[in-house]
Amino acid sequence: MNLPHHKFGDTRPAGETGVWLTSMGLAIGLFMVLALLALIVANGLSVFWPKPVLELHLKPGSASVLRDQTVIGGIVTRTRDRMVPLAEGKAVEREWHLQVGNKDVYGQGFRYVAINDALKTEYPADAMVVERMEYGHAVGRPLSLALPDGRTVAAGDAGFSPALHDALRGVRALRGELRQVEKKAIGRINHAMTQLRLNPDKLASPDGRAEQAELQKRYDVLAADALRIRGELEKGSLSIALFTGEQRAIPLGQIVHFHFPNRMTTPEKVGFFLHGLKGFVADDPREANTEGGIFPAIFGTFVMTLLMSIAVMPFGILAAIYLREYAKQGWFTRSVRISVNNLAGVPSIVFGVFGLGFFVYFTGGTIDQLFFSKSLPTPTFGTGGIIWAALTLALMTVPVVIVSTEEALAAVPRGTREGSLALGASKWQTIYRVVLPAAAPGIMTGLVLAMARGAGEVAPLMLVGVVKLAPSLPIDDLFPFIHLDRKFMHLGFHIYDLGFQSPDSDAARPMVFATTLFLIALVVLLNLGAIVIRERLRRKYATGAF
Amino acid sequence: MTSTLEAPPAEDIVIDVRDISFFYGANKALHHLHMRIPRRQCTAFIGPSGCGKSTFLRCINRMNDLIDGARMEGSLLLDGMELNSPHVDVIALRRRVGMVFQKSNPFPKSIYENVIYGLRIAGVNNRSVLDETVERCLRKAALWEEVKDRLHSSALQLSGGQMQRLCIARSIAVNPEVILMDEPCSALDPRATSRVEDLIAELRQEFTIVIVTHNMQQAARVSDWTAFFYEGKLIEFGATQQLFTKPASQQTQDYITGRFG
Ligand SMILES: Nc1ncnc2c1ncn2[C@@H]1O[C@H](COP(=O)(O)OP(=O)(O)OP(=O)(O)O)[C@@H](O)[C@H]1O
Ligand SMILES: [Mg+2]
Repeated sequence: MNLPHHKFGDTRPAGETGVWLTSMGLAIGLFMVLALLALIVANGLSVFWPKPVLELHLKPGSASVLRDQTVIGGIVTRTRDRMVPLAEGKAVEREWHLQVGNKDVYGQGFRYVAINDALKTEYPADAMVVERMEYGHAVGRPLSLALPDGRTVAAGDAGFSPALHDALRGVRALRGELRQVEKKAIGRINHAMTQLRLNPDKLASPDGRAEQAELQKRYDVLAADALRIRGELEKGSLSIALFTGEQRAIPLGQIVHFHFPNRMTTPEKVGFFLHGLKGFVADDPREANTEGGIFPAIFGTFVMTLLMSIAVMPFGILAAIYLREYAKQGWFTRSVRISVNNLAGVPSIVFGVFGLGFFVYFTGGTIDQLFFSKSLPTPTFGTGGIIWAALTLALMTVPVVIVSTEEALAAVPRGTREGSLALGASKWQTIYRVVLPAAAPGIMTGLVLAMARGAGEVAPLMLVGVVKLAPSLPIDDLFPFIHLDRKFMHLGFHIYDLGFQSPDSDAARPMVFATTLFLIALVVLLNLGAIVIRERLRRKYATGAF
Repeated sequence: MTSTLEAPPAEDIVIDVRDISFFYGANKALHHLHMRIPRRQCTAFIGPSGCGKSTFLRCINRMNDLIDGARMEGSLLLDGMELNSPHVDVIALRRRVGMVFQKSNPFPKSIYENVIYGLRIAGVNNRSVLDETVERCLRKAALWEEVKDRLHSSALQLSGGQMQRLCIARSIAVNPEVILMDEPCSALDPRATSRVEDLIAELRQEFTIVIVTHNMQQAARVSDWTAFFYEGKLIEFGATQQLFTKPASQQTQDYITGRFG
């Protein structure tokens, strides 16, 4: 075959410009994705790496002076350049963003310090960072430790750190006990009491009254127990001297964790990092979500996405099967298809509004009137909840599933269907036994896309059940174990809440990145799960056509 | 125009075609066919591309039902039962009339499941019956020795020839009376082709076989009867021996000697 440009002696391989153009597109796309991931991973992980505590000696009278003290200390979290207007022109002043901690004393946990104001800086080996239940970190030098049993250990003693560790182990045990009593045991009694109160007939009967008295008695015992544990937690304290000179005694019960960042060895730092990471994943949030972990948000996102997938799969697949296999192809199916595709482009908040109006107010309200009328006016299903959030997102992602299922069905060769029909199979048998298995990997791809879209969505959730702090998880050990009516926490909303609604934006800032990292990780994990299932299916049928 | 030479004796007829015409929408693809296909013999359909061989074959098991706007006229009797009627149970019909396609179309399932597909959809779940059927049908399709150690691996990993033999095994598993084969060897190499031909010779002891082929030698080798189609019309139908040596029609003569087509 003689191509025209060969005749004119042009020996360049065909499509070279195309290669450059397309590869440029790919390279730019890849670069942006990698840059995004690198930024989030670096920022997200650095939150957990211990940073040294800097002691600064400031110029007397300079703007950076804290409470008239020229010696201050804190953790440098980042550096920024600030334009300062001069008499003529402008100058650039470099500043440290310093986490001075001790919010209870200073009022603010963070401040900017002009580098030029520092006369001398050093990293004192005995600088101590104490993570507390409230008021963020305490930063200073240890003075002494008053143990719950009355002994005191001076900070200079060799036994200081081990003694503090021991004491904190006791505190942790007490805290666990307290949680067991307050959340679990008392929660269970409250649950039983509510059930009883919702049943006035039973409450009026002698049986009911006896039960109520019994519950009350058990409650009193537990409440006394909780009070005792709280008292235990008050005992003992750690005295520290702040860099600015004040002395403070921190009750041991307030301490979560402590470390001496300036004298940590690298293995110790790694240990600290891993411990911090683990705590972040496994703990409940504290202090308006700026401290502690994000476990409820991870769990909520996971359960919600799973519920959404369970809801979206059957509807999407059945709709696609009808459209592709049964419906007579014509203007009607064509317009349905166009509508479905357009549905995918509707802004997600619109689905949120629909979810609120239809699922929450109408469906939920009706369910409440039919089945939970006793607890009205307190709504059970007639308010935002994880089931309504999952259904709203399912509705939002159903077009994705329909479109990809239709494509997967269309990709099943005609011969395969005819082979089945020629053996005396009915249409449904053919779809069920031959077409669907062959299309399964393609359908899974649709689910992957739907899950990725659903797990990252925030806006509609804010209307149908997500909260910044949920008192309980959607799945727990109280009957009926899966509480579809409960409000839940969500990583995406958590990020929004930290980033825009937090009272302490300096403290929230690192948490934003760390939470984002985990949102991405969770989405990747869920998708990997679906992809693994898809590969299984694909290997099982060895079609490899998708 | 339909010159039927040496029609098969009447008592052995399994499919009796009486004045069948077929339309794809407004397009008439078959013109008033008459043909009587004898039982437990092999009948070959030959003719140039587009002359309606596949269309006619697919009339016999009502596969054309799947095509929108297609319409059949006339009468087609299977053992005296009218097939061109809306009351025919096509599922039962297709169990009696199996089909092997030009492009082998194994299901994305294991070899085992492929063979017993027809039984499964008929509700047979007895393990020993299924096992026995798999071995019997694969042996009959001359595939048993090659796949007996991997019955539960995917059928899509087989070679083209093996797949086609699997499709044959699959169609005989439901014990049909008639097997329709639409160019079963067109995608196969000579070795695989000769295996399938041997298989057809074997199968026609037991089943009625109708085969479409473009290969004159193949038609001459495997069939007892041959029908020559041209532009939707049956030009000549007779004993294979006769048709290939002394064709009655000039068109047949020209076609089998390769002078047109
Ligand atoms: N699904 C269809 N819709 C409309 N017309 C069709 C359809 N299938 C076949 N035809 C037409 O019917 C005529 C006969 O086709 P058919 O497939 O029966 O030919 P054939 O003899 O099997 O040819 P080949 O040897 O190439 O397979 C052709 O003109 C073809 O264009
Ligand atoms: Mg054909």
